[in-house]
Amino acid sequence: MTAIVTSAYNAKIRGLLDEVYDPELPGLTIADLGVLRGVSTDNGQVAITLTPTYSGCPATQVIEMQVRDVLLRAGLQDFRIDTELAPAWSSEWITERGRAKLRELGIAPPVGRRGDASDYCDPEVECPRCGASNTEKISEFGSTACKAHYRCRACLEPFDYFKCI
Amino acid sequence: MKDDNARFEYLLRLGDNSLILGHRLSEWCGHGPVLEEDIAMSNIALDLVGQARLWLAHAAETEGAGRDEDTLAFHRDAFDWRNVLLVEQPNGDFAHTMVRQFLFDVHAVELYRGLSGSTDETVAAIAAKSLKEAIYHRRHSGQWIIRMGDGTEESHARAQAALDDLWGYSHELFDDDALVERLVADSIAVPGAELKPAWDAEVDQVLGQATLSRPSDDWRVDGGSQGVHSEHLGYLLAEMQFLPRAYPGAKW
Ligand SMILES: [Zn+2]
Repeated sequence: MTAIVTSAYNAKIRGLLDEVYDPELPGLTIADLGVLRGVSTDNGQVAITLTPTYSGCPATQVIEMQVRDVLLRAGLQDFRIDTELAPAWSSEWITERGRAKLRELGIAPPVGRRGDASDYCDPEVECPRCGASNTEKISEFGSTACKAHYRCRACLEPFDYFKCI
Repeated sequence: MKDDNARFEYLLRLGDNSLILGHRLSEWCGHGPVLEEDIAMSNIALDLVGQARLWLAHAAETEGAGRDEDTLAFHRDAFDWRNVLLVEQPNGDFAHTMVRQFLFDVHAVELYRGLSGSTDETVAAIAAKSLKEAIYHRRHSGQWIIRMGDGTEESHARAQAALDDLWGYSHELFDDDALVERLVADSIAVPGAELKPAWDAEVDQVLGQATLSRPSDDWRVDGGSQGVHSEHLGYLLAEMQFLPRAYPGAKW
């Protein structure tokens, strides 16, 4: 295939993968999350590269299954899914659209930069419901490994905070 | 000893530490002191089991004997396990669980920071990934040490007792035997002695905040990384390995 045809084809595959959502974050695609690391075509074979968010994240296998499912339904036969560990996934890879989606789900998007967790203090997290910055951490780990559990002191609602990693 | 053999043994140590500690933490699932903590310990267990899977998959690949991470996890007997004795110690009360976790987490952060520069690219990748998780684990266990130590009379007494009971198991984390030295020479592994000063500084800082006293180094127990374990490991394996041994190849 020529370069132009290949890149158009890869873009089409990316379009198909926009239907793959994280099973634990409805509304966020694997591209929004930065879990989809690459789509390439080599000699007619499509290679999808994924990276896990956390080492033990149970969503990883479900995501792979969904990618397989979407590609098979589109009639694709010759493809492979590669897992890439390096560079390690970072919450900085969540797109602006992804961060907006998180807020819509009532989850505060990550604050600060990688490595900030090295001290024993907590970042100031904005309440995704009322926007107040008067919030407190209830637990370092929320409903999943990637989230911490917070409470808003202004509107009193509890919420999940997507940790910076 | 062939190089690959030394690397395989070293990877088993890394994987076995994570898996056994992950399993120990998972025993708290449904028994946590409060719901948030129950969830936290299960999430940390999940991280550790995930890391173990990566280490053991790389070990199996290095060995090249047709085994995979599941074979290594479920079809080895106690004397073939290479985890340090610290991680197989029973959960005890919540203070024992958190002290064990804190001593381990501080070491894990320094170890993974070092290993992320390993000349074995897969080791470097797994270490860099695990480092991010370990920093959160250390933050969690460290905050508990401070809260318990600087808490009530009872929480302080329990935290100090746990520290006194487990301290002698922490030294094994830093042992540099011939195997480690060999891999250090190839820049695959990092020497334990190099991690110790940072570990000491971090532990001392947290213990200071927690108003806990650092126990003396007058006793130590080791042998786990050579396959000499306490009787606790056998019971743990009996539970962890039951299903794949009773129903080989079971899938669901
Ligand atoms: Zn609010």
